[in-house]
Amino acid sequence: MALQRRWEKAAALAGRRAGGLLHVGPAEWVDAAADVAASGGQLLALWGTLYPESVPAAAVRAALFVDGGLLVLELAVADPAQPYRGLHEVFPAAARMQRAVTDLTGIRSDAADQRPWLRHAAWRADEWPLAAPTAVPRVAVPAADDYPFVRVAGDGVHEVPVGPVHAGIIEPGHFRLSIVGEKVLRLEQRLGYAHKGIERRFTELPILEGHRLAARICGDSAVAFAWAYCQALEGLCGATAPPRAVWLRGVYLEIERLQNHLGDLGALGNDAGFAFGLSQFSRLKEELLRSVQQVFGQRYLLDAVVPGGVAADADDEAAGLLAARLGQLAAAVRALRAIYDDHAGVRDRFAGAGTVLPELARRLGLTGLAGRASGQPADLRIDSSWPPYHVLTPKRCLRRDGDVAARVAVRFDEVEESCRLARALLSELPGGALRAPLAAPDPGPPAVGVIEGWRGPVLVALESRERGRIHRCHAHDPSWQNWPVLEHAVIGNIVPDFPLINKSFNLAYSGHDL
Amino acid sequence: MTSLGAATQLLEMICAAIAAPAFLGWVNQCRAWLQNRSAPSLLQPYYGLSKLFRKDAVLAESASPLFRVAPYVVFGAMVVAAAIIPSMGTGLPLSMAADGIALVGLLATARVFLSLAAMDVGTAFGTLGARREMMVGFLAEPALLMVLFVAAMISKTTSLPLIAEGLATRSIGLYPSLAFTAVAFLLVLLAENARIPVDNPATHLELTMIHEAMLLEYSARHLALMEWGSALKLLNYACIGFALFVPWGTSTEAAGPAGLLLAVPLLVLKLGFAGVGLALIETLSAKLRVFRAPEFLATAFLLAVLGLLVHLLLGT
Repeated sequence: MALQRRWEKAAALAGRRAGGLLHVGPAEWVDAAADVAASGGQLLALWGTLYPESVPAAAVRAALFVDGGLLVLELAVADPAQPYRGLHEVFPAAARMQRAVTDLTGIRSDAADQRPWLRHAAWRADEWPLAAPTAVPRVAVPAADDYPFVRVAGDGVHEVPVGPVHAGIIEPGHFRLSIVGEKVLRLEQRLGYAHKGIERRFTELPILEGHRLAARICGDSAVAFAWAYCQALEGLCGATAPPRAVWLRGVYLEIERLQNHLGDLGALGNDAGFAFGLSQFSRLKEELLRSVQQVFGQRYLLDAVVPGGVAADADDEAAGLLAARLGQLAAAVRALRAIYDDHAGVRDRFAGAGTVLPELARRLGLTGLAGRASGQPADLRIDSSWPPYHVLTPKRCLRRDGDVAARVAVRFDEVEESCRLARALLSELPGGALRAPLAAPDPGPPAVGVIEGWRGPVLVALESRERGRIHRCHAHDPSWQNWPVLEHAVIGNIVPDFPLINKSFNLAYSGHDL
Repeated sequence: MTSLGAATQLLEMICAAIAAPAFLGWVNQCRAWLQNRSAPSLLQPYYGLSKLFRKDAVLAESASPLFRVAPYVVFGAMVVAAAIIPSMGTGLPLSMAADGIALVGLLATARVFLSLAAMDVGTAFGTLGARREMMVGFLAEPALLMVLFVAAMISKTTSLPLIAEGLATRSIGLYPSLAFTAVAFLLVLLAENARIPVDNPATHLELTMIHEAMLLEYSARHLALMEWGSALKLLNYACIGFALFVPWGTSTEAAGPAGLLLAVPLLVLKLGFAGVGLALIETLSAKLRVFRAPEFLATAFLLAVLGLLVHLLLGT
């Protein structure tokens, strides 16, 4: 069945002009996903929801982005213990999402890999945090869990376990490198160490206050997550934020992108042993943070996006000041870019390291910034008619080499472009209210918010079954799609290049582990 | 052995051990300034060492006595090396017992113990570091020997103090052979002391480390000795460089105690310049891919060989 027919069949998705919710049976579930994949669509997220004392008892949903619209497939699951057909063969990125669904809800897929993903030893295999009416009691003394890593056999092959505790102060993740000499044969990741029960915690919060937790899911994407939550909530309520709020949200999002790109560009220089880059970019980032503090009253915009609008305004003078600062920032970054580009040592480290060719990127569903460095053009700011970007025509920053150098180049291009976008938004800030009044929504089908954060599309799916309460809030970071691709990116590289390649992706731990 | 000789000898060993952390502190300070950072105090390495000496040592369960002995061997080797390098005076009684080739052997001993200790505990990082250290070492050693040979051929002796004395008292002129070997020596110094571009002493990324990876399992006094040892190694290399390429100002036996008094401020001055130069190199370059290190050291070896050929062909 053609995709067009499916779009026609789909019910409207609350709050989205280009979106649909399609109820599918077990057979159509995989077929529809395959259709989407065939027409170049991507999997944004996959999550499970339990409906205790209802029929059906559970549902698995997959959010897909195709033809500039958001299609949510909903598969009713009568019995969570009976495996449903997984989407991992259509979208390889779905494999880990399905394992996480099993860990949190007990809904099983038919995938061969049934190893736990988010569950380590903190709770038992027959307990599910989202299923229990009260919080799952943590196992007092977690036993060392015996996670079967895939072994690589051969002459001279040995394993190097790295993490979860690292020599530097970074987030926890375990990397099992199978190497021969200095060459990496295989990398296997183990994540979930930063799991803190965010999705469970959401269900205990009033729906109008969930944005505060959403902003704290992953500190580097606070605006993206808070905006995605508010977008979903406003969709449920049928409300829209006033124009001034929408413009300011765009400014926040571009500032967040700038903050992260500046930090990453410095850190990438440092990881290549070029500490000059770190100190220069740290200075620029700090200057930006201070300007933001001066204008919006917060260094990082954790509490700027609120349901119905925004909480941090900028008067004309402050907006002009910030725009001027962004102009200076763009010029300073151009000068540093010339240094990075001309430095033989830095170029030698960046070029050819961690290559993901466009074909592989397409098959594995590499998304966001890393995807754009590997020839995957998706950028929601451009592909969906999403205010305020519909009036801005953002430039697509695309590279095809797929190596560290390409990811650095995309970051440089996006810094330039984000400065331009933020200045354009600041120069045309509409007047009017900052916030539309919002009442708790009626119970109903879920609404979805999707925001192109700095790393890629951030998704929040929100569902209410009792007025004012959250039944299920699924927050999804694009790291879910990109972590598995990193495993491929390092194959054939040398061990000491792994940290540089890892940094060039800079994927989330906290936002992924929830 | 004259009393002046004995005094010079003792002074050199003690001064080297005391001054080494300050030299490292100076390099770090220069580097911070060049990177627009506010610099740590010159005494920071001393604070670090005194902190480590006051801590309780933790040893891995699988550590053998070798692991515990290694820091003392490494540190001891560096102190003895300092004794045979004519940094202040050339009248060194001990250097009669050991020449330049023995010095290279002494440095190699330290490396062997360090690498064995790194592999002793059996962690992946220690082994990775030891392996890379040996790769750098086996390429750097011939280059260093070649550098010493050129100087030895010019002065017709392998004893370092005599080389320094011979070079210092020659008429001032351009020696192309020494120019080649000086560049070669600089490359060896960077590689052997785990500086950028071969290794990054400031990194926290365990997978990219060479020298630091071997020290990951050490703590407290053992770590302090290892770090002090590496500071001393850097100072020793700088002093070898001075002895071979800028030997002027080192006091000779004939100059008496006055010469020694003059030699100390001159050495401090030379170290000051060397520190700035080192920091400059480290700031301007990025770290090489590990597999570029052999090319880097092959260049050093090649330059040293060129120096030798120039000497043989031109007789300068």
